[in-house]
Amino acid sequence: MADSIAGKSYWHQNQRRIAPWIFLAPGVFMFAVYVIIPIFQSMEISLYDWDGIGEKTFIGIENYIELLDDEAFYTSLINNLLWLLFYMLAVPAGLFMSLFLNQTVFGIRLVKSLFFFPFVISQVVVGLVFAWFYDPTFGLLALIFKTFGFQPLAVLADERYVTYGIIFAGLWPQTAYCMILYLTGLNAVDPEQIEAGRLDGAKGWRMLWHVVLPQLRPATFIAVVVTVIGALRSFDLVSIMTDGGPYGSSRVLAYYMYEQALSEYGFRMGYGAAIAVVLFVIMMVYISGFLWSMYRQEREGR
Amino acid sequence: MFPTPIARARPSVRTIYMFGLPVSLFIWLIPLLAVMLTSIRSAGDIAAGNYWGWPQGIFLVENYMAVFQNSPIAAFILNSFKVTIPTVIGAVALSCLTGFALGVYRFKANLLIFFMFVAGNFVPFQILMVPVRDLTLKMGMYDTVTGLVLFHIAFQTGFCTLFMRNFIRALPKALIEAARVEGVSELRIFWFIVLPLMRPAIAALAVLIFTFIWNDYFWATVLVQGEHAMPVTAGLYSLNGQWIASWHLVSAGSIVAALPPVAMFFLLQRHFIAGLTLGAVK
Repeated sequence: MADSIAGKSYWHQNQRRIAPWIFLAPGVFMFAVYVIIPIFQSMEISLYDWDGIGEKTFIGIENYIELLDDEAFYTSLINNLLWLLFYMLAVPAGLFMSLFLNQTVFGIRLVKSLFFFPFVISQVVVGLVFAWFYDPTFGLLALIFKTFGFQPLAVLADERYVTYGIIFAGLWPQTAYCMILYLTGLNAVDPEQIEAGRLDGAKGWRMLWHVVLPQLRPATFIAVVVTVIGALRSFDLVSIMTDGGPYGSSRVLAYYMYEQALSEYGFRMGYGAAIAVVLFVIMMVYISGFLWSMYRQEREGR
Repeated sequence: MFPTPIARARPSVRTIYMFGLPVSLFIWLIPLLAVMLTSIRSAGDIAAGNYWGWPQGIFLVENYMAVFQNSPIAAFILNSFKVTIPTVIGAVALSCLTGFALGVYRFKANLLIFFMFVAGNFVPFQILMVPVRDLTLKMGMYDTVTGLVLFHIAFQTGFCTLFMRNFIRALPKALIEAARVEGVSELRIFWFIVLPLMRPAIAALAVLIFTFIWNDYFWATVLVQGEHAMPVTAGLYSLNGQWIASWHLVSAGSIVAALPPVAMFFLLQRHFIAGLTLGAVK
């Protein structure tokens, strides 16, 4: 009897301590193997010269020194900054679209989901569609230019415009994403505060700025976070629309890294990893900010 | 409600709105409408440069038949399903467990582990690329559906855990406490009390992850090389290279590739948006 109590009671007394680890084990294991450990492995690989198959040669920080003199790296970095800057337009654009659509007229539900459509389809399709839209001989853009008597612009073949052209394509689904975040946020806006604002004579812009936007802060926060991450992750559209060209002028860090590590330009795993580490460090600035704000929320929530 | 309901606006404003809504929707969707229209054009239309005008006859059946007959797109789509469905099941299952552990129990490392999942979920893919490709090669799973699925499950567990944990946090604690007083074991609490309540979260995540994974292009190019395991996103891109100037086929292929997530979205819209907007309202 005493024996069985002792045997049983260990689990009984401690199960609330042990249980979380049993539940966590499979998920943490998978995540560690495929995500956490590889981050550190990449950092290590960035210190080697490695073609992915043969022996690794330790070269210290030489990959990083090479980066400092690499024109293509700077082009990619600047393009990433352009992405960060202009991709952000999705946030206000999404806000205004949500304000436009936050009505209760006939069929508005369907209209809202159709507006959201671009986000659901693959970026591969978005890229193909826009590559075609920009085509200088028969694309819609060229047609519009011709209608107004201008020389059609070869957006994707012109070093000056190519990155903006790709970002514009990226804005299409991203704006839809921000729109849906704001639509949900607008649903939760306190109607009493709106009425109170109206009684105080607040209208239009003033109402938006002083009453509505503060209440939309959680939506704005998420919209900014996903847009920043989307901008730094931009790879699909660049790969589909231009392959980084012309002459590498539309590369971004994510694409340049892939090109160095895995394409016909050579399997320079170490150099690629160094580029990835730079991208990771930039991203970490934003991730830390996000975690910090979550941490504050958690502490308030307790 | 903000902005002011249009019903309360002046009639002229109302008319402008009712007119502006469909027009703006049309402009917004021009790229897609163009693809749809092109997918039913004839090759002759394309050759004659009729890209934006009304098509000379409808070649819907011919074009879509041609896409399926002249290309391995059916196999690509099958591969996409083979990658997507196990990933959805795996990631949702794992995150039910992790979400429960992090949402219900209080222990020292709780927040640390939670933040690990959250941070990992946001890292750029490129920092994982070389080691994950290497690992997949070493396990003999390079160029297989299984290799792709395992990675996707692991990576999506990050986002899913964030979602599940917050969802479970919002459930009434009293239910679990009452069960504990009754002496119900922790495993049974999870299975019989919490899991049934998680159904809406499971549905939301399943739809969302399905779309994410279906639309993945990067990992499909990194972990897969041959056509036998290639998902439809990477497949479509390679077909685009073969079908130079056959825009009617590229368009039809694009639509076929986009259809499953679109169908999923329209059927389960409520869940999809619930999943996507998590955290947008508090």
